[in-house]
Amino acid sequence: MSNDLKRTELYQWHVDNGGRMVPFAGWEMPVQYPTGPVKEHEITRQAAGLFDIDHMGQISVRGPEAEQFVNWIVTYDVSKMNLYDAHYALFCYADGGVIDDLFVYRLPDPENADRHYFFLAINAANRSKDVAWVTAHAKEFDVSVKDISDETYMIAFQGPNAPEIMDRLTTVDLTQMARFSAVQDLILDDVPILLGRTGYTGEDGFELFFPAEHAVEVWKAILEEGKEEGVAPIGLAARDSLRFEPCMPLYGHELSPTISPVEARLTFAVSFDKDFIGRDALLKQKLEKPGRVLVGFELVERGLAREEYPVLHHGEEIGVVTTGMYSPTTSGYLGMALVPREFSKIGTDIEIQIRNKPVKAKIVKRPFYVPAYRR
Amino acid sequence: MNYPADLKYSENDEWIRIEGNTGTIGITDFAQDQLSDVVFVEIIVEPDEDLNQGDACATVESVKAAADVYLPVGGTITELNEDLLDTPELVNSDPYGEAWMVKIELSDPGVADALLSADAYQKHCEERLV
Repeated sequence: MSNDLKRTELYQWHVDNGGRMVPFAGWEMPVQYPTGPVKEHEITRQAAGLFDIDHMGQISVRGPEAEQFVNWIVTYDVSKMNLYDAHYALFCYADGGVIDDLFVYRLPDPENADRHYFFLAINAANRSKDVAWVTAHAKEFDVSVKDISDETYMIAFQGPNAPEIMDRLTTVDLTQMARFSAVQDLILDDVPILLGRTGYTGEDGFELFFPAEHAVEVWKAILEEGKEEGVAPIGLAARDSLRFEPCMPLYGHELSPTISPVEARLTFAVSFDKDFIGRDALLKQKLEKPGRVLVGFELVERGLAREEYPVLHHGEEIGVVTTGMYSPTTSGYLGMALVPREFSKIGTDIEIQIRNKPVKAKIVKRPFYVPAYRR
Repeated sequence: MNYPADLKYSENDEWIRIEGNTGTIGITDFAQDQLSDVVFVEIIVEPDEDLNQGDACATVESVKAAADVYLPVGGTITELNEDLLDTPELVNSDPYGEAWMVKIELSDPGVADALLSADAYQKHCEERLV
């Protein structure tokens, strides 16, 4: 494997535990463990799974104008966020195309008791692009922007059993902790940790941020604490199927510089009542209604759709599959696709071109799996 | 990894069990392990079809990859394993048994002699793992 690939602190643990290492966004990451992706998916839905996602990046934004600045560069109105809130948002270009999607946290600034700072969790593949974008725009504001990805470790702990297990490891009480909020605590006696009740699997659970030198220690402690409840390490393949079922977009698939949040139906993360880069283009698109939109589909005939397969209507190409796969929870062969709005109605018959053969499919309701915290 | 001695193998990871003039074909333990969880199988040939060595006979899709299955010998298709359509996971659990894919009447039984022995195939697999 290429020497250019980066390795997380847990690399050796993954190898020692049968992780199948593959290149992903410049990193060598486990795509699966011996358990296998389908079983790993089920474990996360039924018990809890632990994910090494340290390839993801983090940026801190501090300073007197931190709120105004973050509000200018992300789609969601962070002035509506209370201290310790976490919210999904996007960085957009002026034309509305997406630079990245991210989670924004509002936290107390340890260097200034009167102030809040913003902590942004971003995608691995976009890290340098995001940091360059944020830094370039920061010049006009009284803020300091710092890429803190290297010193910050990130893991996700997701599944119905995750809250109870995590609560046994923290000093703070997590039972009353709201979805999309965060707490700061010390675990394992002396590890400072930021816990967001967030994640990208459709399950309850957390994303954890802590100093990178404690990675192996924290990872092992959670596995050990959750042993009886069946907690297992989960690879990237299951991470992808877990985010796919609740129809959560993945950058480079459902989001890109040429796919807008309006087309991807993410307007819950776009606050049109404030100004931000890309607002005018997105508002225009929203008012005029986008020409194409993201839909969910199910194959009616036998087949498995994959990304980039053409979508047809009566044999004529109308769109493209953004993600397609077997859904372990529903046992369905499902996909997401970008199609013209007139074909987006639930029940519309389409075909997916699979190896030169049109296979019948129909538009179905999204999400395929309603997240546990929305039921 | 399992490489049964009574089978012949192709470099493309198919196995064939020859009994008289009939061959039973599937994909190997090595192949299923590389693919990981198989979630879809499509057999793309029909009984009575006359096909050549190297013709595609099935597609196997795992969570992350798709693989074509090629006939290691030519001949006439006699039987398909339709159980695989509803239970593709058999390819992972029993690649040399319940997950056979097609049966074929060999047009030239001598052709099988040129396929890999279990030892040679095992070597071929181990070389690819380095």
